[in-house]
Amino acid sequence: MIQRTPFANALTYGVMIFGFLLLIGPFIVIVSGASQTFQQVNAIPFSFLPQDRLLDNMSTAWTRANLGTAMLNSFVMAGLVTVGKVALSALTAFAIVFFRTPLKGFFFWMVFITLMLPLEVRVVPTYAVAADLFQPVRLLIAAVTGFELSVDWNLLSSYAGLTLPLIATATGTFLYRQFYLTLPDELAEAARMDGSGAIRFFIDMLLPLSRTNMLALTTIMFVYGWNQYLWPLLMVTDPQYKTTMMSLVALLPSENGTPDWNVTLAGSLIIMLPPLIVVAVLQRWFVRGLVATEK
Amino acid sequence: MDKRAAFRSWWLPSLFALPQIILILLFFYWPAVAVLRWAFTLEPPFGGAAEFVGLANFQEVFADPLYWNSVGVSLAFALCGTVATIFIGLVLALAVDRQLPGSAPFRFLYILPYAIAGPAAGMAFRFILSPERGLMASVNAAFPDFWNPAKYGSHALILVIVVFAWKWAGYTFIFLLAGLQSVPRSLIEAAAMDGSGPIRRAVDIQIPMLAPTLFFLLVIMMTEGFVGADTYGIVARTTDGGPNHGTDVMVYRIVEEAFRGLNYSGASAQSLVLIGLIMIFTFLQFRFIERQVHYK
Repeated sequence: MIQRTPFANALTYGVMIFGFLLLIGPFIVIVSGASQTFQQVNAIPFSFLPQDRLLDNMSTAWTRANLGTAMLNSFVMAGLVTVGKVALSALTAFAIVFFRTPLKGFFFWMVFITLMLPLEVRVVPTYAVAADLFQPVRLLIAAVTGFELSVDWNLLSSYAGLTLPLIATATGTFLYRQFYLTLPDELAEAARMDGSGAIRFFIDMLLPLSRTNMLALTTIMFVYGWNQYLWPLLMVTDPQYKTTMMSLVALLPSENGTPDWNVTLAGSLIIMLPPLIVVAVLQRWFVRGLVATEK
Repeated sequence: MDKRAAFRSWWLPSLFALPQIILILLFFYWPAVAVLRWAFTLEPPFGGAAEFVGLANFQEVFADPLYWNSVGVSLAFALCGTVATIFIGLVLALAVDRQLPGSAPFRFLYILPYAIAGPAAGMAFRFILSPERGLMASVNAAFPDFWNPAKYGSHALILVIVVFAWKWAGYTFIFLLAGLQSVPRSLIEAAAMDGSGPIRRAVDIQIPMLAPTLFFLLVIMMTEGFVGADTYGIVARTTDGGPNHGTDVMVYRIVEEAFRGLNYSGASAQSLVLIGLIMIFTFLQFRFIERQVHYK
């Protein structure tokens, strides 16, 4: 340290511990409550001491909310969103940055504008599209040939419906674009002198170089996919495709029923765990990715 | 910001961009155009021809006191949420940036709430800040009716803001810490030599140098509060928009109007107003990013 500042140091530790209680405290309450019996969790004052019922409560919650199917669906959904976004973004950014084509500016703006409207504000018509995928095609055919086609195809209650609309924005593309732009021009020129084509260059040079970006985007997208609430709620009518976020309702104590919050908290804990683990493990890349995407 | 293009081909980049372009056309541009169309037409919910009605949908929306209530609630939610997350993030970042012994783990721990979904956090906070059990029960036992989000709209609004702030404070913390670490060390040392203490230095040097980051976060968090993926989920699973529309934010109202009320035209008109707001935010953000480029 530059100078001795005992007062400021004590204050700093105080602030850090206060921040810990504020941000990690709720986790402690959740874990404690989830490990207590019905009587203990409803006791006043609340006891922060964890008890030994955690696994019992978790298994009760698991059965009550049918979490087996829901967890699997959430994993598939978050996984597909992640893989789709990571792959498509890399390809699009490559096309935008490393080629000279008249379409370049068009691609760029087309992708860029999608940053502005999150799914939540166009949720109503996006739902309409997913519920009737061929509408644009039908209208196009009707306009060109005057022929009224009557094919129906919807994405309700399907993994495609759960994931495709979430992949259709540009967050990832921009992360890659920013990174590709920092690479020296000589890199691609050297590759070309060596006689390697664009695809070779992409696979052998760009992809390995952008490993950090990929891990960052993977973390961000997994959390984003796992935590989706509104979209699955609209998309899924068949309980077979239920996600964990939809199971939360089944865990909430009913107004008239017994408020067994220990089970509710244990269930929430199960649902919170996967993205928490991903962020904890990939934190280093995740943080780098955040700071790089937004600026 | 252009790179000297290395490869010449028109079909290869088109092929590479095609999957994303198709997805965007289908699930982004088509719906975006539909919002525009629906906002100016009246479409019967069970089919039939749509009728162009001009601004009538907007007039109806603006005449509804519940709409203005949702605008007010959204503003309060986004504004308080933004101020809270930035304030907490700033204080924690200043503390951790001093790199005292033992501070490293905090940096790791603070970001963890970001991983939690709004609805799941909302459920947990319903318990944590319930009036009858959890942390607030003792306070309520001493002062009856001191805290009751199920009864008072204002308390419910505080509850959802707490969930939002909890979830996002670690996120602002990361940006502010990154910002602080780019403040030249020599500047801090020079100030220390001049005899200014850590608090003085924070107020006179570090916070002013963070101005671009602070402004950036202001825009990002306001957008997040208004239309973020979590806002709907937090409100839906914590308070259900109630009591008495006390937490009925704009996004929640749009979804209710569309899917419960089957009023697509009204919901689209409301979406369009919201889109206008986001565009203003985004515009500000890009103005700012340009300015920040000049700083460096």
